[in-house]
Amino acid sequence: MSDLRKVNIDGEEIEVPADYTLMQACEEAGAEIPRFCYHERLSIAGNCRMCLVEWVGAPKPQASCALQVKDLRPNRDGTPANIRTNSETVKKAREGVMEFLLINHPLDCPICDQGGECDLQDQAMAYGRDASRFQENKRAVDDKFMGPLVKTIMTRCIQCTRCVRFITEVAGVSEIGLASRGEDAEITTYLEKSLTSEMSGNVIDLCPVGALTSKPYAFNARPWELEPTESIDVMDAVGSNIRVDSRGGRVLRILPIINEDINEEWISDKTRFVWDGLGRQRLDKPYIRKNGKLTAASWDEALDLAASKLKGDPEGIAALAGDLADTESMKALKDLMDGLGVKNLDCRQDGSSLGTGPRQEYLMNTTIAGIERADALLIVGANPRMEAPLVNTRIRKTWIEGDLKIGLIGEACDLTYDVDHIGATASDLEKLAKSNSGFAKVLKGAKNPMILIGANVFTRADSAQIQNLCGAIAKKFKMVRADWNGYNVLQTAASRVAGLDMGFLPGKGGKDTNAILKAAQKGDIKTIFSLGADEIAEVDFGKAFVIYQGSHGDQGAHRADLVLPGAAYTEKDALWVNTEGRVQMGFMAVPPKGEAKFDWAILRALSEKCGRTLPYDSLDELRAKLFADHPTFAGLGHAPGAEGADKFDPSKLGKAGKVKADAFGLAIDDFYFTNPIARASQVMADCSAVGDETLSEAAE
Amino acid sequence: MSLRRLAKEQPANFEISKAALKEIDIWVQKYPEGRQKSALIPALWITQKDAGGWLPEAALRALGDLLDMPYIRVYEVATFYTMFNLEPVGTHHVQLCGTTPCWLRGAGDLKKVCEDKIGPKGSTSHDGQLSWIEVECLGACANAPMVQISNADSDHYYEDLTPESFGKLLDDLVAGKKPEQGPKNGRFTSEPEGGANTLISKGLYSKVTKKALPNAVKKARKKPTKKAAAKKPAAKKKAAPKKPTAKKTAAKKKVKS
Repeated sequence: MSDLRKVNIDGEEIEVPADYTLMQACEEAGAEIPRFCYHERLSIAGNCRMCLVEWVGAPKPQASCALQVKDLRPNRDGTPANIRTNSETVKKAREGVMEFLLINHPLDCPICDQGGECDLQDQAMAYGRDASRFQENKRAVDDKFMGPLVKTIMTRCIQCTRCVRFITEVAGVSEIGLASRGEDAEITTYLEKSLTSEMSGNVIDLCPVGALTSKPYAFNARPWELEPTESIDVMDAVGSNIRVDSRGGRVLRILPIINEDINEEWISDKTRFVWDGLGRQRLDKPYIRKNGKLTAASWDEALDLAASKLKGDPEGIAALAGDLADTESMKALKDLMDGLGVKNLDCRQDGSSLGTGPRQEYLMNTTIAGIERADALLIVGANPRMEAPLVNTRIRKTWIEGDLKIGLIGEACDLTYDVDHIGATASDLEKLAKSNSGFAKVLKGAKNPMILIGANVFTRADSAQIQNLCGAIAKKFKMVRADWNGYNVLQTAASRVAGLDMGFLPGKGGKDTNAILKAAQKGDIKTIFSLGADEIAEVDFGKAFVIYQGSHGDQGAHRADLVLPGAAYTEKDALWVNTEGRVQMGFMAVPPKGEAKFDWAILRALSEKCGRTLPYDSLDELRAKLFADHPTFAGLGHAPGAEGADKFDPSKLGKAGKVKADAFGLAIDDFYFTNPIARASQVMADCSAVGDETLSEAAE
Repeated sequence: MSLRRLAKEQPANFEISKAALKEIDIWVQKYPEGRQKSALIPALWITQKDAGGWLPEAALRALGDLLDMPYIRVYEVATFYTMFNLEPVGTHHVQLCGTTPCWLRGAGDLKKVCEDKIGPKGSTSHDGQLSWIEVECLGACANAPMVQISNADSDHYYEDLTPESFGKLLDDLVAGKKPEQGPKNGRFTSEPEGGANTLISKGLYSKVTKKALPNAVKKARKKPTKKAAAKKPAAKKKAAPKKPTAKKTAAKKKVKS
């Protein structure tokens, strides 16, 4: 902020950076400027004209979003330029613009889903005239098809082009455009094809009118009837901040909350539209399998049966935690299993090998916001677009604004930015480690290089060797130093980091996921307690007695011999730790379904039945114990980033050795079906079908 | 101007011809590497000529692929400019100027000719030879009323029309003749009817001594390069509107020298 300029806004002289727009300067001075097309995170279009202000001396009002302070000429006497935001001219200009906007805007607010949270409605009240002078026919525009998520009522469109700019700039797919011109101008996708972006739902938030609204939420509720609850998303390990809007015990929609460190103000489509899955396939009663069929039971019966199964030899008991398990329930389950002497614990249902080294080993140490400081990025065996859309968005943002160079080793895919595809196999990684040309040269010349390793890489048989190799690359290209930690693992499971942080891992001599399942096949493991471990095939459990605790009747519940109904992520207060190691607190928006209970409370009750009563009677007490045992959980909202990077030597990770030449697989086959809630959602199924169509078309 | 949409009936497949691709490449070459999409408008124009006067949907995609740009961006440009026809037109596509000067000089009568010979506004004749639309000012008001007729060979202006001369013009075109472009009432460009009546005194220019202009040398140097650059691309594109201006400048030069 070296170059400051003085400007006089509404009689008050302020000093702002020269590259501020007039709108920013006015806001700095406390003046409110109405706008439609301008958006902080999009390029400037300057086409709605709502932000007009008066520059005293200029012949016409000026669009404040598109005029920079440095372009203001001082007055003739040398005093700073005078800007008026509340003069008669400005009032008249705003009224005029508003009148033009309303000429072709239908008066259908009573049946419009945007009603109550509509920029046009609000600003017409604040800045418009009281009555219409327009006698002629209004124009009507054909509605366009944009896929299963975005509903269009194009007559309401005021051509602000925010959606066009978002899809092109942020989502990076260039699918929406403004066709024709003048009165015939209309927003459309090419030949009305479905949007293929995994971020497309954000255009609904961006649309200042009711032209683009949410299809699944259509005509469901008015905004003032909804009860908002701030919470944390669990669809991936990003931990996007969300607002869960509910009414009468039902979640009706999910919106993003601004968090500059994580999701800025976007969320992925899975995060936004998964809510219909919260009402389907729910486990609302305890079930016990009798004669091969699950039959409803009472809590007492169910807990008694569970306790009796857990009382046997601890060697024959195992516990697995799934991807949506909250921190508190994992802690309760771990404490219970510790009390029972069970060592066969694992929170890595995918069979990953992470979690034995220092904390930096499994975190995204650069942090999501930290990506913006990077200038070279090596992606190994990951598809951030599918595994963490918001991390991908951040990479794209940095790629556009900075000069981030990106290299990819793994399956080639469209990541919405240019990548240097180095290879697909682990041997290519080996070659890169030894190379000094090509992308290695880019890494070498970079100031803040980083490596992003997909979580799926660590499920390989040679994961220790690959980890060592990645560590060696990090060391060689100086990715880790006191103020920068460029060694990153991109987790995909919302519960994973918390599980690893609390050591929800095999105890001494205990078995990990793969060993547990193998032992179950043999019959050595007799009882498996599955805390929402839904990604394990039914046959893998062998003949073990499976106690399943979770919220949805998915793969896990299908195999279960005993089902304990728990709460979904919107139905409980819980801590979540994202891939950066950032602890965040989610809150209960609606009560659990039917007889379902909070997950930690189920385990607390079960512990009593087992005769190993857990030492906490409330969530607060549980948290107090959690914080005492593992202090990292107490640092709410904090991501460690480069903390301790000076003592972290990535080259010591894993085991040196030969890697297999296999290609890196991807963690996610279908973005819309990654967890039980998403699989229960009809909307996600529709989205997935669109994706399949696009794929088959591309194949033709 | 009414709402423009892609034609409902589209050819099953379309490929840009080699000659057209070659011509498009001349335009692409004008822009730096990675900026080839700047050549979109000439490329659309060349493709339209290539495809018989209109742009099939497949052509938009072909150009998107060729210029490495999203289809929606091509679609935006094609729908923005009304000179890109999104629906099939006749072999000879008549764009009749209906703006005030032409209208005052009898464009309404010309419209009637079109309606009689071709059909209602926006239609194509049964034999597919002629189609017509009304357009806004084409910039030849001095020669009102006028039409522009686009076909495979040219986009000629036909000016100073009467219902009779216009009817004959259309008949000639259908008959496969190639009528001369320009005014149809015998005058030369936009000179007064019956010939020029100013600056015509004999010996007006004989006393003028030739004097080298300060920039004469530069001009001489520039000329050949300019011509060479302009020759290739412009040659085919706008032969019609160019000619009169060329003549005008030639006339001006005469005056100067």
